[in-house]
Amino acid sequence: MPLTQPANPPDTQPNAGTEDLGDARLATSLRPVSKDAFGEAHARHLLWRAGFGGTAEQVALLVRWGPEKSVDHILNFDKVPGEPVAVDTFDRTIMRPPDRNEREMYRAAQRAQDENKLAELRKMRQDREQADRQQMAKLQKWWLTRMIETPRPLEEKLTLFWHGHFATNYRTIENSYHMFMQNQMFRANAAGNFGDILHAIIKDPAMIAYLDNNDSRKGRPNENLAREIMELFSLGVGNYTEKDIKEGARALTGYTFEDDDFVFQPRNHDNGEKRILGRSGNIKGEDFVDIILNQPACARYISRKLYHYFVADVPTDERGGDKTLDPAQRAVLRQMADTLRVNRYALKPVLKRLFLSEHFYEPRFRNQQIKGPVVLVVGAIRSLNTPPRDLSILNDALDLMGQRIFFPPSVKGWDGGRSWINTSTLFVRQNVLAFLLTGKKPQGFDPTADTQKFDALAVLGEVRDPDAAVERVLRVTLGQSPSATAQALREYLRAAGDRVTQETVTGMLLLATAAPEYQLC
Amino acid sequence: MNSPYSRREFLRSGLVLASATASVPAFLNSSALAMHARAGGLTSVPGVPDDHILVVLQLSGGNDGLNTVVPFGASEYYKARPGISIPEREALKIGDGIGFHPQLAPLKDLYDDGMCTVVQGVGYPNPNRSHFKSMDIWHTADTTATGDGWLGRYFDAECCGFGKGESGTVETPAAERVEDAASGPPGIAIGRAAPLAMQGRKIKPVSFESAELFKWSAQDLNKALRDGYETLNRRSITTPKDTNSNFLVRTALDAQVSSDMIRKAVSQRPLVQYPQGDIARQLQMVALMIRAGLKTRVYYVTHGSFDTHAGQGGAQGRHAQLLNQFAGALKAFYSDLKAQRNDSRVLTMSFSEFGRRVGQNASAGTDHGTAAPMFLCGPMVRRGVVGEHPSLRDLDEGDLKYKIDFRAVYAGILDGWLKADSKTVLETTFKPVEVLSKTQKTVATER
Repeated sequence: MPLTQPANPPDTQPNAGTEDLGDARLATSLRPVSKDAFGEAHARHLLWRAGFGGTAEQVALLVRWGPEKSVDHILNFDKVPGEPVAVDTFDRTIMRPPDRNEREMYRAAQRAQDENKLAELRKMRQDREQADRQQMAKLQKWWLTRMIETPRPLEEKLTLFWHGHFATNYRTIENSYHMFMQNQMFRANAAGNFGDILHAIIKDPAMIAYLDNNDSRKGRPNENLAREIMELFSLGVGNYTEKDIKEGARALTGYTFEDDDFVFQPRNHDNGEKRILGRSGNIKGEDFVDIILNQPACARYISRKLYHYFVADVPTDERGGDKTLDPAQRAVLRQMADTLRVNRYALKPVLKRLFLSEHFYEPRFRNQQIKGPVVLVVGAIRSLNTPPRDLSILNDALDLMGQRIFFPPSVKGWDGGRSWINTSTLFVRQNVLAFLLTGKKPQGFDPTADTQKFDALAVLGEVRDPDAAVERVLRVTLGQSPSATAQALREYLRAAGDRVTQETVTGMLLLATAAPEYQLC
Repeated sequence: MNSPYSRREFLRSGLVLASATASVPAFLNSSALAMHARAGGLTSVPGVPDDHILVVLQLSGGNDGLNTVVPFGASEYYKARPGISIPEREALKIGDGIGFHPQLAPLKDLYDDGMCTVVQGVGYPNPNRSHFKSMDIWHTADTTATGDGWLGRYFDAECCGFGKGESGTVETPAAERVEDAASGPPGIAIGRAAPLAMQGRKIKPVSFESAELFKWSAQDLNKALRDGYETLNRRSITTPKDTNSNFLVRTALDAQVSSDMIRKAVSQRPLVQYPQGDIARQLQMVALMIRAGLKTRVYYVTHGSFDTHAGQGGAQGRHAQLLNQFAGALKAFYSDLKAQRNDSRVLTMSFSEFGRRVGQNASAGTDHGTAAPMFLCGPMVRRGVVGEHPSLRDLDEGDLKYKIDFRAVYAGILDGWLKADSKTVLETTFKPVEVLSKTQKTVATER
């Protein structure tokens, strides 16, 4: 580069007012990527990060479209016809609470000490719990299928983001229909407005049950929901006090649910004066959420989480974690937070700026994110067109790799990044790819190995030349051709007499997807 | 192998996670190697027994300490737990007013043989009742639950002479011993997740769930594939940068190097019959790896869930069954080790993230509590009970008050058994709890 930047350009000087400089800082942060610079690597990056990857043809299409049209298509997914979800996709009655008749029957049996009747009632309950666990397994497969087949990948990728952000575990709440309702709420608001989601979450039966707010009433508030709202869902540690949590918990008393519906119970609600984050009054749950949304820390926190999900591993805790960020990243995070605030937490403007920015496509971020297990599996199926084979096995594999959907490990969700990888999960990751490509299992073959053949040659398009075939396989799987990997594939093909066939291309794909780099996108 | 790198090269690079601050990668490589060699029992420091093994047995979910080591002499115990207490006549007496849960009979046998010691009332200040937070506290040996794992720091300290907060160097790289380093990683965890306790800054554990899943399933399809696969996954990193791709290349190498060795070891038949259950299966695999001569220093197994909020049972029932599996597996493990003549090399430590509340709850279960006993097993342990059973009268809002900080137990193991410097590893000075028998102590003080 012939010219170097001055060490301290005026707009990066420490300045109390930098937060409000707005567009003046664009030069160092979210400057748009130029149409001419937008090539195959960029298109591939966008497809993987804002979705679950794509085929070589989809990459080529986005290159032709250029950044504006591509991002518009991906982000404004509501314009793409999708498959609507019917509310009766799942049975809502399995875990409904006992009605008056049933309760009376139970009480009568207790009074009469009718052990047979009591055992019968217990058995009925257990049967329903078992049926619900079966419905839960169906729900997992349903969502996985949706992610595999959707023409609106960002919608599902954001739904997965919110599931990890507002993590709720089925094992605790044992109500599959409530998990489905929550999943639908995330989908309906996926790229909508963060404020709406935060308002919805305090009325979401699954979350209320998960964080015990149904036990929270005047005089003995349960702090769980208020604490996690501030610590994990909106502000981050250091941006509130223990007192704020206690007062927030009072504001949320009486926020509970009956059957599948949110209910507010005025007589369990604490109507007293409260003081939260400097605001006083008879604060209700909705006011509590609004007070949080008014905090600048909230926009900062959500920006970090989005950046972490879409761009690069950054510490989600802003205290002390910023050492690892460079000035460009800090500026981008500030810009994102400003964009969120200016647009009152609408998500599309900030995502649009991010996906169109030069920063997003910087080479240092490309092929450096460790795929989460869901992205690995769904991305492989979508980008290589493998048969999904057996959704139960894929779900088991997701569990072994540490991402069982609807069962996040804690209210913190999944840590992501390097925590996905250890020697155990790495083999599972390689093996789930071998399963998709060939039907091979650790022991023997899946029945689909013969019935659902993977069309490996389709990955090559028209290409049949051995050198070009290696190059093409690497471009589709890794988005790069590291020389050691290219050499290994080339040697494999040479050993097979340079014949480019279903078998040898499958072999090359097995190798490429077992390379350490395949875990990245 | 067709790789441009020699076997020595790839082994060397695979053992270290070069940090971004590393300015001399080659040097760091050799220091990690030195650690590996030491952890692998290759140390030449005179007088230091180099073949000691620690097995950590985690009881996940919060084991109910009061129904494990039962204070049958205290009337408060029966008052607080009308539905789930262990009757005095059923408890297996080990001291004045205290006894094991009846399902711990196999552990009582070890106890009677002087091969099991109980450390009473272990906990830490301001106990945290969140499973994951408290577990992280035990894993990091830090009450803020931040930083690397305590065993990871031990690995790192053995390697590079630094503890929690500083980097450092090692004096004597043992580059010549590189071939032997392939005989076992410093830490092996059984399970799909590698425990935080074993995560060092430089040294990471190898983890596997079962032998069947611990290999590339496509490797048997044909030989050309297998060769290509090895080339791809046994690579040396080309830059010292701490990038995700380098991290993956290193983890892949660790997985390859240990896969054949571990699968071969655990495919053997054990010398004794183990009972049913997952913890028995795990300990059986550990015994087989020890028997195969892996130079691994620390093994990690987990049992549970012990999160008995409802219907926990008493002398029989859910909790009883978990204890039965735990005790039966441990007894078989030591019979196996004895038949191998390896028993005196292996110390086992059990812990749980917390105990449970003194009073039972409305669902005939118990909620998250505080202090609980730890067990240490092996012929080298001090006979009997260490510390006093926590008082059932002097409670802290219905919870037991801890008497012994768990880090003092760690310190006792680090200093006395692993011959490490607990002050460096734990970065605090806890007076080590004397958990080893007199003869062991003599060895420790000679150091």
